[in-house]
Amino acid sequence: MKPIFMTYTKKDLINLAVCMVLSVLIIPTFIKTEYWYTSILIPWLCLALATIGQQIVMGYTGQLALGAAGFMAAGAFAMFNLILRVPDLGFVGSLIVSGLIAAAFGILFGLPSLKVRGIYLMVATLASQFFIIWMIDKFGWFKNYDSSGIITAQDIVILGKPFTTPLAMYFVCLAVTTILTLLAMNMARGSTGRNWMAVRDMDIAAESMGVSLLRTKVQAFAISAFYCGVAGALFAFCYLKSLEPVAFDIKLSFKILFMCILGGLGTINGAFIGAAFILLFPVLLNAIGNNVFHGAIDATIISSIEQVIFGLLMIIFMIYEPLGMAKLWENLKQSMRSKLSSSGIKGVKSPVLKK
Amino acid sequence: MANELLFFMEVLVGGLLAGTMYSLVALGFVLIFKASATFNFSQGAMVFFSVLAFCGFMQDFNIPFVLAFILAAFLMVVVGLCTERLVLRPLMNASEDTVLMATIGLGYVLEGLAQAAWGVEVRRLDLGIGDFPVPWIADNLKLFISALDITAGLVAAIMIIGLFLLFKYTKIGLGLRAVADDAGAASSIGIPLKHIMLLVWSAAGVVALVAGMMWGARAGVQFALVDLALKALPVLIIGGFSSIPGAIIGGLIIGAVEKILEVYIGPFFGGAIEGWAPYVLAIFFLLYRPEGLFGEKIIRRV
Repeated sequence: MKPIFMTYTKKDLINLAVCMVLSVLIIPTFIKTEYWYTSILIPWLCLALATIGQQIVMGYTGQLALGAAGFMAAGAFAMFNLILRVPDLGFVGSLIVSGLIAAAFGILFGLPSLKVRGIYLMVATLASQFFIIWMIDKFGWFKNYDSSGIITAQDIVILGKPFTTPLAMYFVCLAVTTILTLLAMNMARGSTGRNWMAVRDMDIAAESMGVSLLRTKVQAFAISAFYCGVAGALFAFCYLKSLEPVAFDIKLSFKILFMCILGGLGTINGAFIGAAFILLFPVLLNAIGNNVFHGAIDATIISSIEQVIFGLLMIIFMIYEPLGMAKLWENLKQSMRSKLSSSGIKGVKSPVLKK
Repeated sequence: MANELLFFMEVLVGGLLAGTMYSLVALGFVLIFKASATFNFSQGAMVFFSVLAFCGFMQDFNIPFVLAFILAAFLMVVVGLCTERLVLRPLMNASEDTVLMATIGLGYVLEGLAQAAWGVEVRRLDLGIGDFPVPWIADNLKLFISALDITAGLVAAIMIIGLFLLFKYTKIGLGLRAVADDAGAASSIGIPLKHIMLLVWSAAGVVALVAGMMWGARAGVQFALVDLALKALPVLIIGGFSSIPGAIIGGLIIGAVEKILEVYIGPFFGGAIEGWAPYVLAIFFLLYRPEGLFGEKIIRRV
């Protein structure tokens, strides 16, 4: 299709318009219960943003990294300290600067990617996870010498207006996520993304074609950490409303990894699908436990079952569809389209070849 | 001065012996990596799964120690069989990273199953070996070294010698090495790939069980074992992924360095640096010797 605005086709713009109408008009008019905003929509947007960060480094650049939660913690605590110590910066300014601080960590811990790959890199990035959490935990300055371990996040104030209701916070998350998602799509489609993918597909070949490995990899790690940092700040300020290092432990990193892989490596919409699935599936399972079995099954057993199912899904997807749910969705659309075209128009044969 | 030296020795020996515990976990990784070039991320979960089953057999069903051990080992063989059949065989031609992610999924399955079957509370495991200084050594050498550490060291030594002999001098070992070198060529000259894989996964399962028993006796049988097992990763990076002696030396290095750093440098940073120090050490190794101390050189072609 012919692009009509930058590299975007008519279809892309329609998709964007539909998403915007859905999230800005339809959701706020029809969903009135706070639960939906505080427990589902807000964490979904935050985690989807972090998953986009993971996608950039893993799905697009092909570097196996496992430290998203560490960068999220860096972003969240940077945000807390910036609002506390540099109040002039404002909410949006602090958000950007905390993303940049997380990006600095991303560059530091992304450097080993120049030498190693695969599981070796995974171990190197685990260092970032453990180091950042330890650093925040051990130096009281980061927590403003709060001894209780859990700090309450400051209220969100943008241009003098407080954003404290669930709906307002949803809009804050939505705005940030939308802007960063569009940016990520732009990067992925432009020369930046092409370099990432060239490095992913065969780094040595990419290098001999003139793609700078140093630049590309470090850039991917920095941008990825920026996304994770911003997501972490939103996660702490809009969803948890408190800051504690434990919330950003290795389990969250694994969760984001799962969102990224199950959603579909190398796709932006996969990040949203994966995050929605990982977030909603436990809710569904709990609902089944409560309503079908009337609480006869212990909550710990339900969470164990959830873990088993996530693991099984991971294996099944790796075997049958390594490109994840985004690819399944694509296949579904494709088959619908070919069905419509074969049944809708008389006398014209379906373009799908028949054996 | 003498006291300081003695204290240093105590820290060092304690660290080295604790390091053998990491070695035991790393050993399981190496076994599988050697035979199939697969990085089995679920080794930590296997440690947790096997020892929790062992505890469950002993404590919930009052099965005697030896029988419980045999049952748990048998369970690990079944796990190995299922893994080979259902996970590895369909992924025969997939890329390394895909298999790695599938083993992460496998780890999740094992952790979930273990907790669903045996519950989530911390279990105490009493092997009859106390985690306190051996009086004889304390009296004669003035070193306070835990009996459990010494046992773990001995067990690790026995397992390593056994595995080394197996790899070096038996026909199975020769087959294993052939498969590791080139699976396609090995199977074309009649080495039964399936049996070799099953054998390796079962061996790794039993190694996991032993490692779990040692860790469980020290820290209790609990979910945190999975995170502890993650520390076997830096061990492997230092030692090399395909070397059994490497796993041991790597474990010793990590154990000793971690303890020494914790005791001498830790206080300046508020302690608990052993959580990340091994990983940072591993990064330095990666920068200078990515294949590890004993690993084979990695050669990549376009």
